[in-house]
Amino acid sequence: MTQSPLATYQPAQRALALIGGEATDANLRRYLHGIPGIDAVGLEARAADLGTRSIKTSSKRWAIDTIIGLIDLTTLEGADTPGKVRSLVAKALLPDPGDPGTPRVAAVCVYGDMVGSAVTALGSAHAAGGTSGVNVAAVATAFPSGRASLAIKLADVHDAVAAGADEIDMVIDRGAFLAGRFGQVYDEIVAVKDACRRADGSMAHLKVILETGELNTYDNVRRASWLAILAGGDFIKTSTGKVAPAATLPVTLSMLEVVRDWHRLTGVRIGVKPAGGIRTSKDAIKYLVTVAETVGEEWLTPHLFRFGASSLLNDVLLQRQKMTTGHYSGPDYVTID
Amino acid sequence: MNRLAIPKTYKLYIGGKFPRSESGRVYEVLSHKGDFLANAAKGSRKDARDAVVAARSALGGWAGATAYNRGQVLYRIAELLEGRRAQFIDEIMSCEGVNAAGASAQVDEAIDRWVWYAGWADKYVQVAGNANPVSGPFFNLSVPEPTGVVAIIAPQGAESLLGLVSAIAPALVAGNTVVVVANENAPLSAISLGEVLATSDVPGGVVNIVTGSPAEIAPWLATHADVNALDLVGAGDLDWVELQISAADTLKRVLPPEVGADAAAPALSRILAFTELKTVWHTKAIL
Repeated sequence: MTQSPLATYQPAQRALALIGGEATDANLRRYLHGIPGIDAVGLEARAADLGTRSIKTSSKRWAIDTIIGLIDLTTLEGADTPGKVRSLVAKALLPDPGDPGTPRVAAVCVYGDMVGSAVTALGSAHAAGGTSGVNVAAVATAFPSGRASLAIKLADVHDAVAAGADEIDMVIDRGAFLAGRFGQVYDEIVAVKDACRRADGSMAHLKVILETGELNTYDNVRRASWLAILAGGDFIKTSTGKVAPAATLPVTLSMLEVVRDWHRLTGVRIGVKPAGGIRTSKDAIKYLVTVAETVGEEWLTPHLFRFGASSLLNDVLLQRQKMTTGHYSGPDYVTID
Repeated sequence: MNRLAIPKTYKLYIGGKFPRSESGRVYEVLSHKGDFLANAAKGSRKDARDAVVAARSALGGWAGATAYNRGQVLYRIAELLEGRRAQFIDEIMSCEGVNAAGASAQVDEAIDRWVWYAGWADKYVQVAGNANPVSGPFFNLSVPEPTGVVAIIAPQGAESLLGLVSAIAPALVAGNTVVVVANENAPLSAISLGEVLATSDVPGGVVNIVTGSPAEIAPWLATHADVNALDLVGAGDLDWVELQISAADTLKRVLPPEVGADAAAPALSRILAFTELKTVWHTKAIL
């Protein structure tokens, strides 16, 4: 495949070249509304079709271990305590104490003020952006509503990064997006991306939460995905998990298609993270199939695909125990949190 | 004018719903003369797994209901059985080849037995529990509590309705939830009982009925880690010693097979078989 000249540009230049001018509301609207619309019926039919694949025996075993390695083990409750974060980290490091061969999850995902507790609890197992160990992701920018001034959102991000967060899950301003103030959404993402820079110049990974449940149409999801990628997001994430509907297979498929198109256009790989509502291994396997069929199997690494989930891990562990022992397991044999 | 008979397809009863087997299989139920009666779902291990999930999620509500309420709900089932007696008599006659009087007697006995067990719901704790004498200023109380999810292999011989009722009623009384593998050759009254349960006040998932081959399904229930007890009352023709051994891996309570006319005879011991004794200490008030 011949690379387009766009691939050689710096990210900011590239975005401006694509948009055809400064990132103003008018320019962004012209660009985003110029993207072809989505055939909603076709998208849902395609997603439903991908969900019918039968994954059994050795493929299923591979899928289960892959899923565990892609999970962002999440606790985002008002009642979170340092103790709860410690037990979450313990579970992230050793998901199934009955089988030390169980892979570790990719990251733990907590509120910004809990990052310190998570980093301490991880100790030497803290991957700090690397590949061995577990990363710490923090939600920021007035999660989950995003209703705060930019200064407060940026302070939120700075705090989390300073406390040792390797990944920042930001929310976009859905109100601004739906009102057509694309420039504001764009500028916020750019500013948050800049705030992800650490003192030593390295960058925390930025995941941009679109909150697709509030965007109403697949066309809006596609536009928001383009907008987030243009502005410099490393990952696009479906939902906060606080709004229903959260992640659905068609929405994730449409975001994967944007990521595929972006890769074809620029050669850059963007990650996707469906979050919320994925509770069973069966559902998660459907997502694996969709990823492999849409962007390719090379996306099935923690750097390019994640599940945002809390209860999914237990269901996957039950399936894993069933495959290992040959008989059905039960909720008494996995930890509650 | 001749009309085309519409034979009923008998489905499973899981979680308050009537699904077909996930395997898509059915088997023919034949009359005692060998004539085709109906198609029944041939349940698979995954149906049994789904049934256990349904039973587990129903356990909290059923075990947490007051004993009086459980008794009322169970008594209500007996009322509904009475209203459907013609259907049960018809199915028993065609399946088991007994005459109307014999089938009627079986239905009567099943209803009576159900009422007998329903009456125990708010009484068995008084009989089996105790205030224990201890040498100290404490109350020491022992109370039976339900074991949890009970898997039952229903009696496989004659008297399909009575056998089923005798097996599931005692487990329900204490507040257990039940997954029962029905009589393989005569499953019709089992699913009709499911229809009675679905229209009664029993919450969905408290009783789950799987039709099909006990030999195929029983090993999965015996090894299932989320099943707390196993009633092998109708497993006499299976390799039930092997089932007991595999049930021991997860420390299940197990009842052995029973055969003969007195199989699963009504007894308080059948209720207590699926209870756990909890003993609590509490200080006495100092006056």
